[in-house]
Amino acid sequence: GAMGGSASLIPRDLLGEYQELTFLSKQEILLAYKRFSELLPKEERENACSARVPKSQILTLPELRANPFQHRICHVFSTSETRDDSMSFEDFLDMLNAFSDSATSDIKSYYAFRIFDFDDDGILDRKDLEKLVNCLTGQGEESRLSSAEMDQLIQNILEESDIDKDGTINLSEFQHVVSRSPDFASSFKIVL
Amino acid sequence: EEPPGAAPVDFLRELPSCQSVRRRRGGTQERRPALLGTATAARAPQPERGEMADRPAREHPECMAEKRRIRDFQQADMEYLPKWKKWRTTSNKSLKKALDEVKGLSSYLVLWRRDIHSIEGKFGAGIQSYFSFLRFLVLLNFILFILMFSFVTLPIIVSEYGIFNSTVAYISPKNIEDICTVYEPSGNKGLVYFYTYLNDLLSGTGFLEVTSLFYGYYTVDAVWISIMRYNLPLAYLLTTFAYLALSFLWITKRSAEGFKHNLVHDADPFQSYCNKVFAGWDFCITDPNAARLKHRSLLYELQTDLQEEKLKQKIAERTTKEKLRICSLRIFINIIVIAILSGCFYSIYRITVFSQENSNVSIRNDTRTDVNLLVQYLPSMVITLANFLAPLIFSFLIKFEDYTPAFEIKLTLMRCVFVRLANIVVLLFSLWSQISDCGADKCKPCGYNYKLYPCWESDVGQEMYKLMIFDFIVILAVPLFVDFPRKLLVTLCSWKLIQQFGHQEFEISDNVLQIIYGQTICWIGTFFSPLLPAIATIKYFIIFYIKKMVLIYTRKPAARPIRASSSNFFFLVVLLIGLLLAFIPLGVSIARIPSSKACGPFMNFNTSWEVIPDKILQFPTGLQQVLFGMASEAFAVPFFVILCIIMVYVVALARAHKRVVEQLREQLVMESRDKMFLIRKIAEAQRH
Repeated sequence: GAMGGSASLIPRDLLGEYQELTFLSKQEILLAYKRFSELLPKEERENACSARVPKSQILTLPELRANPFQHRICHVFSTSETRDDSMSFEDFLDMLNAFSDSATSDIKSYYAFRIFDFDDDGILDRKDLEKLVNCLTGQGEESRLSSAEMDQLIQNILEESDIDKDGTINLSEFQHVVSRSPDFASSFKIVL
Repeated sequence: EEPPGAAPVDFLRELPSCQSVRRRRGGTQERRPALLGTATAARAPQPERGEMADRPAREHPECMAEKRRIRDFQQADMEYLPKWKKWRTTSNKSLKKALDEVKGLSSYLVLWRRDIHSIEGKFGAGIQSYFSFLRFLVLLNFILFILMFSFVTLPIIVSEYGIFNSTVAYISPKNIEDICTVYEPSGNKGLVYFYTYLNDLLSGTGFLEVTSLFYGYYTVDAVWISIMRYNLPLAYLLTTFAYLALSFLWITKRSAEGFKHNLVHDADPFQSYCNKVFAGWDFCITDPNAARLKHRSLLYELQTDLQEEKLKQKIAERTTKEKLRICSLRIFINIIVIAILSGCFYSIYRITVFSQENSNVSIRNDTRTDVNLLVQYLPSMVITLANFLAPLIFSFLIKFEDYTPAFEIKLTLMRCVFVRLANIVVLLFSLWSQISDCGADKCKPCGYNYKLYPCWESDVGQEMYKLMIFDFIVILAVPLFVDFPRKLLVTLCSWKLIQQFGHQEFEISDNVLQIIYGQTICWIGTFFSPLLPAIATIKYFIIFYIKKMVLIYTRKPAARPIRASSSNFFFLVVLLIGLLLAFIPLGVSIARIPSSKACGPFMNFNTSWEVIPDKILQFPTGLQQVLFGMASEAFAVPFFVILCIIMVYVVALARAHKRVVEQLREQLVMESRDKMFLIRKIAEAQRH
């Protein structure tokens, strides 16, 4: 059926290479290929391996459309030279790899850090944390914490995770606090 | 001291720790300021080379092109390795590939994979954990059934059909008074009404009593398969221990994996704000409605926690007079709770005694058609009623005790767990009080009340069977007669009162306690009724689909969010408590109460446990001495002392580690301050 058809479109050695370089199984890679080529217009589906899908198309995927971090995810995993956050098939696989069940917690926490780092400066400071909490509670005026609550919350977060007390969370502090978080592995997961 | 953010930020960007995060794909370096550009650009790729070799390419958090490059580097490096190392690396790689293939294929065999995946997408990981738990119980019961069936029932079935030249050796009573062996189960007595069949099916008497469902069928001493002798009583007892041990190990393993509790730091990992913020969003949600609900529940949770923190501060500032008042109020409410519990247990005891008396009398007089099904099911009904009312009463009472909201929920839950599990134990003990009712010489020859309970294990098995069937009926009936009509009423009728009270949440804790209650019954009952796990498997299988339908059609979003990891941990802990509680009645009936002399594999033994010492006495003398030595005090006391010493050592080690961690944390804070100070000095020096 559809599975057999798409298998003939990914060359065997490329499939093996993807299996070696990611944590995804063969079935997952084939399913990813199928879903990726569905995002392309019909003419380009033959060259799905080398095509780029614009961000607006990627965001129509059900796994991403309800996600408040959708823009950050596209930005982090995109390797587009033109900075338009478009994704190639390999970027798509990288994304699924980071969110897969069998990915190591190192990889997950690294990418989580990149996703939460809204201003891309390599550390999570107060502004990043504020934007993060606002993403969690939803867009809209009535669904935000008051500024006093926000300050109290960020204070608590920094108390728990900022080990060197410099007012920001760097990668190792983030990885440390996330390794002790029991919910992280089960929530940071996307399976097609 | 100086505020931490005062140092010039561009210096911070030069630091190696920042660079390792910001390493862009394709090595775009244009974000670096011109100052230290060339020096650091040369140095940055170097540490990469060193750490590349120890991790396979896919464990590097890089884009695909980078990973290819790393893999090519690793392969090039491998050329310089000695031959045996090369061989070892390649064989490791092919082994890993094979394992990946197997894992990929076996994911198809997972039961209900797609259903649970869609539930996760629509409702989040918290509710999904409930359904994963159901799946786990189906598998557990299926394995228990296979275990009991293959070691206990299968040999008898094989011998009945004479496969492999097998024969059965039934037990002939030795050294038993004749009067104890009188047992006439009223099996198929020719033509009976269809109504009687239904009656028997629901209460486990009549034709069901003589089937392999109950203990009384296994009055077999041994099964001869060609020339091998299969000791059935020993197998029966050992399989019982095996299934208890298997359940214990499986549950412990499941609760250990996926939950790494770091005992070094004091903070509660479930309540930490970092856990709620960094791991707060379920990335698997695909439904926009569910996403909206999740946003709302996250907002609610964060606000509640912040308020609770303020409440805790207020509690800490309470005056002594306030504390005394609250303490006495709590003691008073706990006394009320204990009174309610005692009332509940006493009523269960009286109802069980009443039900047993009435059913027995009718059997004795052979007026079986008069046996009222209602009377038979009375204990089950009372227990279900108590299980239903207890949570309501407890959640009402706890409001007066003035705890923080999180603790309120936990305490109510603990009380409900206790009520549910204790009810079963009380039922069993009231049954035993009947069986061992030895006033007026009723049990002189046999050790138990032989007139009313010639085959008491089958009777206990029947009670467990009735409990399980009634539980199943209730789980089927409640959605049909309560949930769906309620939902219909809410959708059709728009009165404000109905809209407010009609909506119903999918209460996870209640549902979980219900199935754990059923599982505890199964564990206790399997000794008396070996095929009970099969019924439990079918029951949980059907419950999965029922609960899924209830969830999809009638659910209202829960205000308080359910976290997957804490739910998982909670389910497994309560399940473990149920299992440990099941050990008590089983231990008492195996080791203390004399086994019935009229039926069952332990006819010729005093108690069921005696099969094992009997068997050990047939071992060679050396082995016997070793085994008896292990059970004696000369072994137990030193063993216990050694265990204590090991525990003290481990606790001291943990405390030492904790001290080291605290020191390192302080050192880190100092280093950070030093770093800021030095950067500021450098910046000042540069300006001059």
